Formats: sequence, C-alpha cells, structure tokens
Amino acid sequence: MNDWIERQRHLLDFTLTSLARRKTKNIGLLVVFALLVFVLASVSLYTQALRSEAVRVLEQSPEIVVQRLVAGRHDLIPPDYLEGIGRLRGVRSIETRLWGYYYDPVLKANYTLMVPRTRTIEQGEIVVGPALEHTRGLGTNTGISLRAYSGELHTFLVTDVLPHETELMSADLVLMNEGDFRRFFNFPDGHYTDIVLSVANPREVRNIGLKLMEMLPDARPILREEVLRTYNSIYAWREGLLLALLSASILAFGILAWEKSTGLSADERREIGILKAIGWETGDVIRMKFWEGFVIAFSAFLFGYVLAYVHVFYLRFFLFEPVLKGWAVLYPRFALTPQIDAMQLITLFIFTVVPYVAAVLVPIWRAATTDPDTVMRS
Amino acid sequence: MFFQPTIIALLLVAMLNAAMLAVASPYAWQLIRQWDIGSGSDRQLRLERLTYFFSTLLVFVCLLQIASTLLFVFNADHMHTMFVGAMCAIGTLNVNQWGFPALYLQLALFFMAALWLALNALDNRARDYPLVRVKYGALLVLAPVAFASLVVQLLYFGNLEADVITSCCGSMFSEESESVAATLAAIEPGPAMVLFYSVLLPTIFVSAWHWRSTGFSRLRAGAVGLASALAFLVSIAAVVAFVSLYIYEHPNHHCPFCILQPEFGYQGYLIYIPLFAAAAFGMASGLLAPFNRFSSLATLAPTASRRLAGQAAVGYALVVAVCTLMVLKSNLILLD
Repeated sequence: MNDWIERQRHLLDFTLTSLARRKTKNIGLLVVFALLVFVLASVSLYTQALRSEAVRVLEQSPEIVVQRLVAGRHDLIPPDYLEGIGRLRGVRSIETRLWGYYYDPVLKANYTLMVPRTRTIEQGEIVVGPALEHTRGLGTNTGISLRAYSGELHTFLVTDVLPHETELMSADLVLMNEGDFRRFFNFPDGHYTDIVLSVANPREVRNIGLKLMEMLPDARPILREEVLRTYNSIYAWREGLLLALLSASILAFGILAWEKSTGLSADERREIGILKAIGWETGDVIRMKFWEGFVIAFSAFLFGYVLAYVHVFYLRFFLFEPVLKGWAVLYPRFALTPQIDAMQLITLFIFTVVPYVAAVLVPIWRAATTDPDTVMRS
Repeated sequence: MFFQPTIIALLLVAMLNAAMLAVASPYAWQLIRQWDIGSGSDRQLRLERLTYFFSTLLVFVCLLQIASTLLFVFNADHMHTMFVGAMCAIGTLNVNQWGFPALYLQLALFFMAALWLALNALDNRARDYPLVRVKYGALLVLAPVAFASLVVQLLYFGNLEADVITSCCGSMFSEESESVAATLAAIEPGPAMVLFYSVLLPTIFVSAWHWRSTGFSRLRAGAVGLASALAFLVSIAAVVAFVSLYIYEHPNHHCPFCILQPEFGYQGYLIYIPLFAAAAFGMASGLLAPFNRFSSLATLAPTASRRLAGQAAVGYALVVAVCTLMVLKSNLILLD
C-alpha cells in the first residue's frame, strides 16, 4: 500500500511540474472549466437556498387553511359556517382570519392588509412591512392616507415597522385593527376571509382535510405540505430547466477539452517518447495523464464552486436573479442562509467533471500509446 | 419529470455508461476470439494497445456506476417531499411500477461493477494479462444490464407524476400484506436476531480466518464469497425485521429507507455503507481465488483474495457492531 502511495505521489509531482511548464494552455482550460462550474453551481446553490428558505418560512404557517368557494371563486366565510365544523378530533385549534388586498395607485402595487391574531393594534394605528418602509418612506409615527374602495379617505398612524428578518413574508404587509379593517373594506360583520386549523399530528393532516371536504362541500382545504410540495417542484423544475439549457455549454466545454488534449504539441509528444524510452510503461503514462486531468478538474471545480458561493450568498446572485426569483413591485429584499447540500454537490460534480473525463479519455490513450521510436524520429 | 437536476445527472451517467459499453462490446468480442499473448502479429499488437484504452474506459464506467447507485438511493430519499403520501424513498419508488426494478438493476450493477474492478486490479498486476478473456467476457454480461438499467430509469423518471398518490412504507411493510417486504417484516424480532448473529458472526470468522491463515484454500475463499452474499441478504432482512424497529423506537415501523433521513440522524448510512462495501469485498475475494491456477497469478490471486477477505471481515464486523449498538442504545424493549 505504501509503495502504491509513494508511486502516485511521484507521478503527481511529475505531473505538477509538467503542467507548470505549459502554463498558458492549462490556465486557459482551467479558467473556462472554472467558469462553467461557476455558472452551474450558482444556479443550483441559489435554488437550493430559495427552497430551504420557503421550507423555513412555511414551517410556522398553519397546517390547514380552509377557504369557501362560490362558483369556483374564493368567497367570505359566513357567520354560522364554523358551527358546521364543530369539534374535529386531532385539531388543536380553529381560528378565523381577516385579510385582503389593497391596490395602492401611488406605488402601483398591492398591499396585504391583515388583522393580526397574536398582537393587538389600537384603532387608527397600523404596523407596516419593511418593503413599505423603504418604498413609501413610512417610518414610526408617520401618517398615511389610504383611499378605500368606497371612495372615502382613511388616515392611519404608523406605530411600528416589522423586523427585516421576516421580510420574505411581510414585505407588503399592513397590520391593522379589526374595526378599522371592516370599516375600510366595508367588510360585513361576522364574516371572515378564511379559517386556519392547526393539527398536532402531521400524519392526520390529510385525513382531516378529507373530513372537512365531506362536512363542507363548498370548502377548499389547502394543506401546508401541498404548498411546500409545489414550491419544491417549482424550484427544482426551474433549476433543471436552466441546467438543461446550460448543458449546451457543457457540451461545448467537452469539445474544447477534447480539442485541447488531442492537439498534443511536438514538445509533449517528445516528452512522452522520452519517458517511454527511459522505461515508463503505457500504464504509467495513462496514470500521469489521469493525474493531469484530475488536477485541472479538481482545482477548476473547487475554484468555480467557491466563486459561485460568494456570488450567491454575498453578491446576491446578481447575474441570474430575475430568471429564478420571479418579479414584483414590492419584492422583498432578503438574505439567503448559506448552505451546501451533499447531493447537490455530487450532482454538480457529475455535470462538470464526468463530461470532462469522458472527453479526454481517447486523447489520453492516444498520447499514452504513442511509439517512442516514431516520435523521436520525427 | 425529467427536469430535476439529479435526475438529469443520473440519466446522463446511465447514458454515458450504456454508450461506452456499447462502443466497447464489439471490441470485447473480437478480443475474446483473437487474443493470443504469444503472437507478435500486427493484430495482436493493436489489440494490446486497445486494451489500455478499454480498461481505462471500463474503470471509469464502473466507478461512475458505483457513484450513480449511491446517488440513485440518495435521490429517491430526497424526492419524497414531491409526492403525495410519500414519506421516504419507498414512496418515491412506488410512484410507478418502474421504481423498484430501477433500484434492483442499480444494485445489481453496483456489485457487477465492483467485481469487475477487482478482476481488473488483479489482472493489471500480472505480467501476461491472464484474465483478459474473463474481463471482456464479463463486459459482455455487464453491457445488457447497463442498457436495461438505462431503459428502466428512463421509464421510471419519465413516468413520475407528482399528483399520483403513492403508498408509504407503512403500507408496504405492514404484516398483513403478502409481498416479500411484508414477509421480511413479519419475521419476529427474536428469531431474526438469532439468524442475523448466526450468519454474520461465522461470516466474519471465516473471512478473518482466510485473511490470516498461511495456507491457501480455494474452498475457504469460495466459502467467504458465498457467506458474504448470504450475509448481505440476511443483514437487509435484519434491518427490516428488527434493527429499524429499534432505531425508530416503534414496534411496527419496519422501513429500511426512513433510517436514511435526517430525523434519524442519517443512521442508515452507518449500516449500509460498510454493508455494501463488505459484501462487494467478500464476493470479490471468492471470485478471485480460482484464478491461482494461472501461473502468473499463482501467488497474486491468493494474496488479493486474502486481502479482500480481510476487508470484508472488517466491514461485516462494523455492520454487527453498529447494529448491536443501535439495539442497545434504543429505548424500545421488544424482548425481555
């Protein structure tokens, strides 16, 4: 075993010096390879981070949301609706929610107006999300007038701005008092927007959803796991689509790698010829060439991956952001949590290093089986 | 559902492997018919030159295959969040009828690739390529399996539909059902434990004996190979029948895939990685032994076989140690 390691060490040593002798050619290849890894790694690191951000945010949301449908459209929950549900086994709590959308002609954007469940807000006061703070210049103790759909003007005092950490969910949020909310929207008394249920056992969620459908045929239960699944599929799909498009560049790179290693310079040919003449076997030359490929591929992979990491988590993914993130006027500004996933790393490795190795196999063999005699004579 | 990065990667590997084996097959056929190490003819020189290429190619194919098997299982576990009713890899594999065949083909290819690598390593050490025909004969066996694996994976991934309600491990390993999985699950933990230890301990013993003994016996090497294969099957059965119960601390949860999940601290990898490695080493040990009848391998084959047996012994000892530890540290009490 020690012999083997010793042998590989010497081969690697030789390879490194021989790579250094042909700097320009190898650096060119390294840069192109690293760029390819950088682009692919950026895409997958970013989607991975978005996906886990969605999971993290949804973890705190209720297990089931029930909406009532009229003619296939979302409608208000009437006052006696909750009694129809009664007691459901496995449900920890049932709560009603009041929320709605408001179109602000000043910003040309929609706000989400909501009555919070956990915090009380005095009449005439509101709490706004961070995006509203920086786009409409609202701060604590500033006033704002909103024109309701009835045409009346309502004035509110901003008493607080929600923390930036929650921006992904609260960017366009306006929290207000229940009385204000009903007056502002002319919302009928006793009616609600929807109902949320929290369920203790995750395995029961689906059954409770089915029971709800039976009891309330006009209701549409939305399960948290379904929302999560949709996010998962969408992000994975977008990532896959982008990777499939980028596969053209992988192919191009494969061709480049093939070209580079087929075009052996006269020097390299002579080098191999001399090596064989002084007793190297074909196997040794293949091993040496393998180490050469490995050194290039590995350093390019590492280099590209680190660059992509910096690009995604410190430079906000500015190159490809619009493709993957989607777009909105009040788009939340958020920082992604840096993370690396083992499966994603292996996938990326297969996407980049495997095509490279496959492309250089034939040239390596051609080089290694060159006859010393013919080379030295020419 | 082709547009998932890992699925694209898996299919890429499967296509590359099938393509490379397809390129190598005609050459393998020619080589089996015309190889003559004693001859100095042009044809023989050309063949010898080509073996360098195809050996390197196949080492690459086999290494890729081993990585792809791991990635396949990893991916099946990872994707369960996308399917209704799926809670682990079982759900993902059950989405259509091609999931489990794809897994079995991957596992078969894993062992074939590992055995081929062992053959190749031994052959490279001898001066006169004594195993060339065996190696390329094996390639002709490997190629159709790799091709089948590609087709089944295409069918499996192509027919993945996220809106199909799949069955979770709870229904597959329930004791009333009549599948192989259910039969395994229905084995009582007590007898399963007896079976596990009474197969694994002798396997470790015979492997260690073969490793350490001075004389060489083909019979003993064969016993190591067979025992390793048997121990592999028994260990899988043991994971389903009792080890999983102790890990989940639940008397009815038999799933061999949920233990791969983060909720259970990825403990499954602690069992499966040494288990698969040990099975591959042990089988290779048995496979290489008979080749000591070639004069150039008279000492090389036994040495390789012994070393592999040693690795198998270590691997299985790890499996037993890890399983025992998991049973002991669990809070579940199944047997008094």
